[in-house]
Amino acid sequence: MLPRDPVIVGVGLSDYPKAPHLSAVQHHAQAMQRALADSGVLKSAIDGYVSAGGMAAGDDPVTMAEYLGIRHRYIDGTMVGGSSFEFHVQHAAAAIREGLCDTVLMTYGSDYLSRMGRNLGTGGFGRGGRAVPGPMQYEAPYGNSLVGAYAMVAQRHMHEFGTTSQQLAEIAVGVREYAGLNPNALYRDPIGVEDVLASRMVADPLHKLDCCVVSDGGGALILTTAERARDLRRTPVPVLGAAGGMTHWNISQMPDFTTSAGAVCVPEAFARAGLTPRDVDTLQFYDSFSITVLVLLEDAGFCKKGEGGAFVAEGHLRRGGRLPLNTDGGGLSSCHPGMRGIFLLCEAVRQLRGEAGPAQVPDCEVALAIGSGGWLSAIGAVLLGRGAS
Amino acid sequence: MEVVREGEWRKPLPEPDPVSAPFWAAAAEGRLLFQRCPGCGHCQFYPRAACTACGADPEWAEAAGLGVVHTFTIVRQFGAPPFKEELPYVVAMIELEEGVRMMGNVTGCDVADVSIGMPVEAYAVWAAEGIGVPCWRPAPVRP
Repeated sequence: MLPRDPVIVGVGLSDYPKAPHLSAVQHHAQAMQRALADSGVLKSAIDGYVSAGGMAAGDDPVTMAEYLGIRHRYIDGTMVGGSSFEFHVQHAAAAIREGLCDTVLMTYGSDYLSRMGRNLGTGGFGRGGRAVPGPMQYEAPYGNSLVGAYAMVAQRHMHEFGTTSQQLAEIAVGVREYAGLNPNALYRDPIGVEDVLASRMVADPLHKLDCCVVSDGGGALILTTAERARDLRRTPVPVLGAAGGMTHWNISQMPDFTTSAGAVCVPEAFARAGLTPRDVDTLQFYDSFSITVLVLLEDAGFCKKGEGGAFVAEGHLRRGGRLPLNTDGGGLSSCHPGMRGIFLLCEAVRQLRGEAGPAQVPDCEVALAIGSGGWLSAIGAVLLGRGAS
Repeated sequence: MEVVREGEWRKPLPEPDPVSAPFWAAAAEGRLLFQRCPGCGHCQFYPRAACTACGADPEWAEAAGLGVVHTFTIVRQFGAPPFKEELPYVVAMIELEEGVRMMGNVTGCDVADVSIGMPVEAYAVWAAEGIGVPCWRPAPVRP
């Protein structure tokens, strides 16, 4: 590695999945404390800060930087929904390489479950009797839900390619198996495909168990140069490649309802890393819904467009398969506090450091994290590797 | 398209702005508008202040009000009124004959009878002064 190659040297998660004792801002602070302790980085060494905000009053990047006391030479507040953190890695890695700063802190925190309950996916924002400005004025009168937006993608995928509810259910079943290994996961009891199909339909064709949970939680991550990492206690995790892109924001503007921006940006990330899908050992994909994983899997090039259903049914994403998915139990079963992207990165680091215990992927050398923000709108891909200790 | 009055509008109300106001006002009068670029011919919806293809000033064009269901969902759970009282209902993306897509409800048939490719025709629900909300129903079989 070159001296200024960007590496991840610390991660931390705040209390989850239910933490009524913490506000969103406290989740940021607690996750930061844990990432500092994990890395051995002194807080005074942090000279870059990246954060998305968007979950609570006072969690915007400039307010958070002030609250946490970060004297930043570099700041990025890119907010593209749940994948913001994958975009942040791309930006922070470039900033570190360029010398704009040396050590970047990323934080996220949300008290969504404790403060708002479980209304995120099914109309929490849809109350009638109010005037709606901007592009949402063309959608809000029709009562679509967040689940409904992804359901439209699933419906079209089924229509074009014959994808089935059984195939989508397989994704939720595999992730639940990993949740059973995570003592903190919100739902841990094993489920089968029949359980997913028997769960209540929320927005056809997506059942309750095709949908992620709503939780509290936060995360933090510290990036620095390969040179500085030599003096730190943890095996550094190099950022091998990162890329992001966007095809639309609001669901009504999705140009192709079965293809995301991942079809362009994931190959870009692979090219930057000099890797191909065959080199990947574990997938940490944004599983807001089962269909999200299926579309990302195809767009990332693990199978052809339309073949995701059959690919998943072969069991590759399961524990013991060749591409274990969401080894912490994912958003589908463990933790989804509104924007999940940072948890994908933290879990990838845990795998690459060989610290995942019973969920450890054997010989894990390359992890691919793909975040999806909005309505399969903004896709960010990050390839992480196993560093030399 | 037909304009129907269904009583008091309780759903979220579009907030007309200088670009969107003509669209909502036309719908209240039974005309369904989209934008076409005089420069490059690109058609777009929702309406904007610039063409998404070439950046020029778009112009209004009137749609025939006919299309097909491109994709849809049946919403069976929604937390807030008044939608909560209307479950289940269909939210669809309609591909218009003119090539643009619009979101809308499909009404006038059982939710289980809606399918991708189904021909639909537009109607408007009068929501407020100067605001008609386009919706869709199964198109009559054409000879």
